Amino acid sequence: MEETNKHMSEKEAIEMLHHYNDDLLPQKFGKAGKIWVVFLVAVIVFGLYNYVIQLKKGLSITGLSDTVSWGIYISNFVFFVAVSLVGSLITAVLNLLNVSWRAPITRMAEIIAVAGIIFAGLIIIVDMGRPDRIINMFIHGRIQSPIMWDVIVVTTYMTISLLFLYFPLLPGISFCRDRMKNIPKWQHKMYKILALGWNNKPAQYKMVKKAITILSVLIIPVALSIHTVTSWLFATTYRPGWDSTNFGAYFVAGAFMVGAAAVIAGMYVIRHFYNKYDELITDKHFDRMGRLLVLLSFIYLYFTINEYFIPGYKMKGDEGAHLKELFIGHYAPMFWLVQIFGMFIPIIVLLFPQGRKPRSIFLMSVFVIIGAWFKRYLIVIPTMLHPFLPLQQVPESAKHYTATLAEWSITGASLAGALLVITLFIRYFPIISIWEVAEERGVSHYTIYKHLNEQE
Amino acid sequence: MSQKPDDQNKHDDAASGRRNFLKLGFLTAGLTIAGGGIQKVLSDQEEPANKETGEKVKLLTPDGKLVEVDSAYLKEHSHPKHHCGASPDESRVGVPGKKYVMVIDLSRCKNALKCQKACQKHHLLPAQDKWLKVYKMQDTEDTAPYWMPKPCLHCDKPPCVKVCPVDATFKREDGLVLIDNERCIGCRFCMAACPYSTRTFNWEEPQQPEYVNEMVYSPETSTPRKKGTVEKCDFCPDMLKQGKLPHCVTACPNGVYYFGDANEDTVTNGDETLRFKQLLKDKAAYRYMESLGTEPSVYYLPPVNRLFPFVDSNGEEKESDS
Repeated sequence: MEETNKHMSEKEAIEMLHHYNDDLLPQKFGKAGKIWVVFLVAVIVFGLYNYVIQLKKGLSITGLSDTVSWGIYISNFVFFVAVSLVGSLITAVLNLLNVSWRAPITRMAEIIAVAGIIFAGLIIIVDMGRPDRIINMFIHGRIQSPIMWDVIVVTTYMTISLLFLYFPLLPGISFCRDRMKNIPKWQHKMYKILALGWNNKPAQYKMVKKAITILSVLIIPVALSIHTVTSWLFATTYRPGWDSTNFGAYFVAGAFMVGAAAVIAGMYVIRHFYNKYDELITDKHFDRMGRLLVLLSFIYLYFTINEYFIPGYKMKGDEGAHLKELFIGHYAPMFWLVQIFGMFIPIIVLLFPQGRKPRSIFLMSVFVIIGAWFKRYLIVIPTMLHPFLPLQQVPESAKHYTATLAEWSITGASLAGALLVITLFIRYFPIISIWEVAEERGVSHYTIYKHLNEQE
Repeated sequence: MSQKPDDQNKHDDAASGRRNFLKLGFLTAGLTIAGGGIQKVLSDQEEPANKETGEKVKLLTPDGKLVEVDSAYLKEHSHPKHHCGASPDESRVGVPGKKYVMVIDLSRCKNALKCQKACQKHHLLPAQDKWLKVYKMQDTEDTAPYWMPKPCLHCDKPPCVKVCPVDATFKREDGLVLIDNERCIGCRFCMAACPYSTRTFNWEEPQQPEYVNEMVYSPETSTPRKKGTVEKCDFCPDMLKQGKLPHCVTACPNGVYYFGDANEDTVTNGDETLRFKQLLKDKAAYRYMESLGTEPSVYYLPPVNRLFPFVDSNGEEKESDS
């Protein structure tokens, strides 16, 4: 990749920091921000209310049945796991490739990853019939079960992602601790505790950078594992539509794609609400992310062809019946809308430089994200409606699946929860890692913070 | 009564009659002596603890006679534990030396559904949960339709057991695949993994008679059923332990089901007892979806030379009433 940012002198860098001044610090919500938070909290409260009912009455409040025993909780879980993969893509892969424009967006990617993986873990507990017995996983756990593999990799990924978010954040937290006046006492205390006594010593930077390098290497196999193992929850069964050797690669490809789209959407929103950030997150960043997204979409297209159209050429028995349902049957409208809006249109638009302008690429990313959510619906539900034996002697309700309002509200609450985590993070922590930006431009972080502290 | 399964086996035959009697007595006594807290049950073995009180209590005997006994003969009795099932840990072992198998003769089935009724009754299942189903099958448009009863196939390579994260569903030495619903976490992976749509889930608090809740749970009886857990056909291990046949087998009027022990090489449908391997050979038996490699313990005999013509008069009705 070519250099996109010219190197600066120390003086220029200090000027840059002065120019941003306190804009780099987290800011209070404006009116829009407050309304947004209230909206998210309302969605979460409604979902929690329904979850309490579910705990009391059982999963009967969902549209699930003995036929479709996994529904939107599971497809939403797959979506969360997919989105969370971006953390490793932007932070680790681009870091190891030494891509020069990644610094302003790494933290965005990491918080999306952390929020995604936390709510992936939570939504899977929501899907359990007996969440009160979760301890059995530890007492009686069987390592032969793909669910166990998933628990292991998801918790590992969650840990590494949290560290990956936290370590590079230390200078930023200390910055907040030292520079932010007129904040509530608890907030100052929080910074003080979280900063772990950070005082911009070269040794501290050395340690953090070493940790980041180690984590970059560690996180890649774990990130690939979470999505591969998630695909194995399906691929280890015999069911038509899941019984696929392509599933691991297909899931990973799809996850990279939706994760990249999520970061682009985040970049756009941040830039929209923080005026000065467009000097850090430039049109060039959108262009670069657009190119990356189109590359990832092509990889996804490749696996999609392998997953659907090659079996579709044969139309083998039960697999054929399942594919028919997707291509021209009950699920055809959703299937083709997802393919067209979630993949084909973004690919075409993003191929052109004009299409990679912020507004257009933001729209394409939203298409990709929504398409990705429904894509996972299409992976889980139609297959469940197609068991080997015919659907006979089952109640009418077990021949279809329609998620209930309660189910939607709980799923919606998990999505809102992830967005709230991201929103609150932006409210209380610097979303752009300034020392990494400066370093990317050839200036020692140490010099910068030393200077900033002297300014006090 | 002793709780040890060995003990129970020894006394099973003698005990079963008494047990039924006790059960009935328990129910009646519960009704007669009002104030349900502690139930009293007639004991036919032990001496009355107190002298006769003169207070008479009416009880119903198993053959329907109303009898009066002195209340001194009523002995305090803990609730009937379970039909015959062992504790969850003991249930994991299986009957030693046995390898249970079933052979289903499709040429004899006319969809009478007596098997299903018996199953529903003995496992106290509501109409919407069916552990045993009779499918109307037609392999191609030009081939004849036939009825295919399908219990749990108790696979020797069970995909459900393989994927369970907590060892709640397990394969026993005697070939049975059972579920410990006191351990099940309700993830439903086994339901996704089973290619035969065998497993059902308690989406809500299961509908079952109230007295069931007083019973001690055993994977061998699958009772009481529990909210948020998976369940399925269990081949009636409580019956097998008594040397009896599963309920579906005895209920079938047409001898569709043969049940037995592969180690003894014997199967019986209650009327005739046959050599298991010879039957498979003679009638060209097959297993459903052999290509999956799950190695079911249930074999099917093809629907040739049928006892009954295929009539699907009330097929739709049966589907809709469920």
